[in-house]
Amino acid sequence: MTASLAAPALTKGAKTRINDFSIQVATVNGSGSQTANTVLLRAIFQMGVFVSGKNLFPSNIAGLPTWFTIRASAKGYVARKASNEMLILMNPETAKEDIAKADPGALVIYDEPLQLDKLRDDLDFTPVPFQKLVTASCPEPKLHKLVKNMIYVGVASRLLGIDMEEVKKAIAKQLKGKAKAIELNQTACMAGYDWAMENLPDQDHVKVVRDNKTQGLIIVDGNEACALGALFAGVTVVGWYPITPASSLVETFIEYAEEYRKDPKTGKSTVAIVQMEDELASAGVVLSAGWAGARSMTSTAGPGVSLMSEFIGLGYYVEAPGVFFNVARTGPSTGLPTRTQQSDVELCAKCSHGDTQHINLYPGNMEECFQFSYDAFDLAERFQTPIFVVTDLDLGMQNWSSKPFAYPSKPYDRGKVLNQQQLAEIKDWGRYKDVDGDGICYRSLPGTPGGKGSYFTRGSGHNAYAQYSEKPEDYVAVVDRLKRKYETAKSHVPGPVFRNLGSDKGLLAFGSSDPAAIEAQDILAEAGIKTDYLRLRALPFTAEVDAYVKEKKVVYVVEQNRDGQMANIFRETYPEHATKFKSVLHYDGYAIDAKCIVDQITAFEQK
Amino acid sequence: MSTATPSAPNTPAAPTNKLGFTKQDYVGSKSTLCAGCGHDAITAQIINAAFESNLEGYRVTKYSGIGCSSKTPAYFLNQGWGFNSVHGRMPSIATGASLANRNLINIGVSGDGDSMSIGMGQFVHAVRRNIPMIYIIEDNGVYGLTKGQFSATADKGSHLKSGAVNDLPPIDPCTLAIELGCGFVARCFSGNPKQLNTILKAAFAYEGTVVLDIISPCVTFNNHDASTRSYKHVKDHDFPLHDLGFIQYSEVEDVDIAAGQTEVVTFPDGSKVAIKAIHEGYDPTDRFGAMKAIHESMAKGEFLTGLLYINPTQAPLPQTLNLVDEPLASLDETVLKPSPAVLDDIMQALM
Ligand SMILES: Cc1ncc(C[n+]2csc(CCOP(=O)(O)OP(=O)(O)O)c2C)c(N)n1
Ligand code: SF4
Ligand SMILES: [Mg+2]
Repeated sequence: MTASLAAPALTKGAKTRINDFSIQVATVNGSGSQTANTVLLRAIFQMGVFVSGKNLFPSNIAGLPTWFTIRASAKGYVARKASNEMLILMNPETAKEDIAKADPGALVIYDEPLQLDKLRDDLDFTPVPFQKLVTASCPEPKLHKLVKNMIYVGVASRLLGIDMEEVKKAIAKQLKGKAKAIELNQTACMAGYDWAMENLPDQDHVKVVRDNKTQGLIIVDGNEACALGALFAGVTVVGWYPITPASSLVETFIEYAEEYRKDPKTGKSTVAIVQMEDELASAGVVLSAGWAGARSMTSTAGPGVSLMSEFIGLGYYVEAPGVFFNVARTGPSTGLPTRTQQSDVELCAKCSHGDTQHINLYPGNMEECFQFSYDAFDLAERFQTPIFVVTDLDLGMQNWSSKPFAYPSKPYDRGKVLNQQQLAEIKDWGRYKDVDGDGICYRSLPGTPGGKGSYFTRGSGHNAYAQYSEKPEDYVAVVDRLKRKYETAKSHVPGPVFRNLGSDKGLLAFGSSDPAAIEAQDILAEAGIKTDYLRLRALPFTAEVDAYVKEKKVVYVVEQNRDGQMANIFRETYPEHATKFKSVLHYDGYAIDAKCIVDQITAFEQK
Repeated sequence: MSTATPSAPNTPAAPTNKLGFTKQDYVGSKSTLCAGCGHDAITAQIINAAFESNLEGYRVTKYSGIGCSSKTPAYFLNQGWGFNSVHGRMPSIATGASLANRNLINIGVSGDGDSMSIGMGQFVHAVRRNIPMIYIIEDNGVYGLTKGQFSATADKGSHLKSGAVNDLPPIDPCTLAIELGCGFVARCFSGNPKQLNTILKAAFAYEGTVVLDIISPCVTFNNHDASTRSYKHVKDHDFPLHDLGFIQYSEVEDVDIAAGQTEVVTFPDGSKVAIKAIHEGYDPTDRFGAMKAIHESMAKGEFLTGLLYINPTQAPLPQTLNLVDEPLASLDETVLKPSPAVLDDIMQALM
């Protein structure tokens, strides 16, 4: 317990990091630490400080090690930070390794019996007698494991200078309405706080000081934001199959649908949600429901998209709408299912056999998860094709602070659908006739009365009247028109977002790489490497992207996969500029951090 | 493209049904199958039964997978919409569309290869969910379209034209469907149009999944003497279970059903199936009895045909999901999009 007193020299001279630090908490999966960590994160957020959390959890229900990192940043940087200023080590199995990896000078809170303080002399050790505190504060032995986590929240809050009222509020928020659990957790938390007050000297490595940066912000994860986008977009048919990290998107949707998608008079449901037997069947449901006029969706991850790919090709070729969320995870095969990556970029861009090209949306923050999900349904119906909304585990399952979502007041775009009367008036309707020259044809929906508009949808060759055809010219006419349709999409998908410092060097990222890219751009600029940052938000590339590629001398393409998949798409799309694209990669399963971008670009620049 | 205005009467006037349509209004494009293919005989009976059942063609949707059999939806009911999908995945197509619009009349056509091999998973789960559809398996024991390989319904010991012998046991779609809880299971033979016609009409009146395994010889690849799916073999081994009568709800009051040995099953819409047993002791409402009888006859190399099992009381999926009465596809923004106040509440809760 005197360890921290014994090593004051370490902190001497070091500036206190106010609202600018990372904490890593090491626990055992399934021990209930998620609640404690979220409370700590929320409490800092309520102190008005920008904060982000990353749960590094194993593919396991209980028993394997898990880490949670919380980053506070006065400047609003929310990417993962590779170094941690505070460690809370609760897992005996990983404690030694965690110590070995710790950054010099880090403050280490640990369970006293682990006796970690002899392992290194450049860390600031704070042992805590957790078991003693648990026994004293909680009469029920079976709750001890849970309560223990709350005690470290109390200890950390004291050391960081977090107002206990905020911690208590965070507990109440987290345990919504469960009075007994709230009281129990608040008591445990207080026990940790009081003990630290009496027994630990204050520290000056890291501090939370009240600020006003988070006033009016929400905390949400991307899967919930996407689910809300779908809710407001009026999805009516959902076919899905569980897979990490995509399940909670539909599961959260189901919760909201329970409340907001029931007919007030009859209590009947305005959305059909079916857990299918696999992702292939989910894709079939989505496309046929879209074909029949519903707004339909599924949510899956890479392995699911692989299974769906035969159907996606059918959807592309017969022109059936549907929204496909891909919350990407790490690796081919099962890979690291609870870790993040952007490694399905090429898969989703060209999913299926034959010549296929798909519209892809890449939300980069919570507001975009919401808005792009909403827009995806419009795009699906407008373009009569499968639309991918590509996020990843980092966006989908981690906690992010965000401005509240703006109400999507733009009316639904149901696309070119002919009703009974319109069909009656048209002389020579053909399902695949490009009347408007934009590659998008007029469709009819099954069940339209009046005796006109029926047609036969087939994945085999067809002509403009949807009739079977093996004629070369008919085949070419259809696939060339599909290409035209894809061209049309360029003016309908969200364009890029720029952050220009005035440079002929480009920095390009998308999706969850955005926070690290922004931070890296600032660090690089300070070091004299200025870049113009483009955040890509969709495929196909819009005119602004064309212009940017032409204008830059070099474009650093940041992405979280091994093969530089997005850079490949750029090289293929802009062959005359192919040598400009340099890949900046991160693919170990952890979310990308600014340092890895800075290091790689610096190395390129020194060549 | 067909038009569904009842045809102008020809001379002599073609007979019309209650909706004023002639049989010609229920046909599709010209078949491209081999002359004599059993599948075409099934198509003909679908047309007849739809005409006689006064089906509103515009409400019909036709789904299929891939195979010769799966091509046939193009050959009937041009008034309806068709969706020829991918191999083995017809059931999921039927699931999505039938949920999107619960007013549709759903007909799925598949093959023994399409349903009992690549599509087995989807078959099983569609039946389990009780999708409102007629699920027709045009069963020839081979993969016709890929030129005659064995399918999983081929009998053990049956020969290919090339001489290859099938040494694996068959999967029987009917007992499987009964096991899965299907409430309308029948086996028919494309060479017995009368029986097929009656069963199709009853199927149109049924609300949940109907599984029809229709033995349908492939004249090109599986109609030789050593085949158990040839016309000759099936004719010789076909044991019709009963004489069936079907009475549509609109006709119920006018028709007398003979008392005595006739069993009557009434559907929720009031339609009735009258069953006069031929095969002694076969009760199509007795699930376990039906299973036993089918297994016994299979062991003897017979095809029991007719209504194998019936239980018209099960809720189809849209009802199980408690969906609104109006088709989901016709709900608009005013119903579907929550108000700004709702978004406000949700945002407040996330603060
Ligand atoms: C994914 C895929 N694999 C294989 C095929 C090739 N294929 C087309 S039809 C067929 C078998 C059809 O057999 P069945 O369903 O019994 O239909 P039949 O032609 O006998 O009526 C196969 C294997 C395909 N179309 N798609
Ligand atoms: S190959 Fe066989 S199943 Fe296919 S059309 Fe010819 S006879 Fe029919
Ligand atoms: Mg077959």
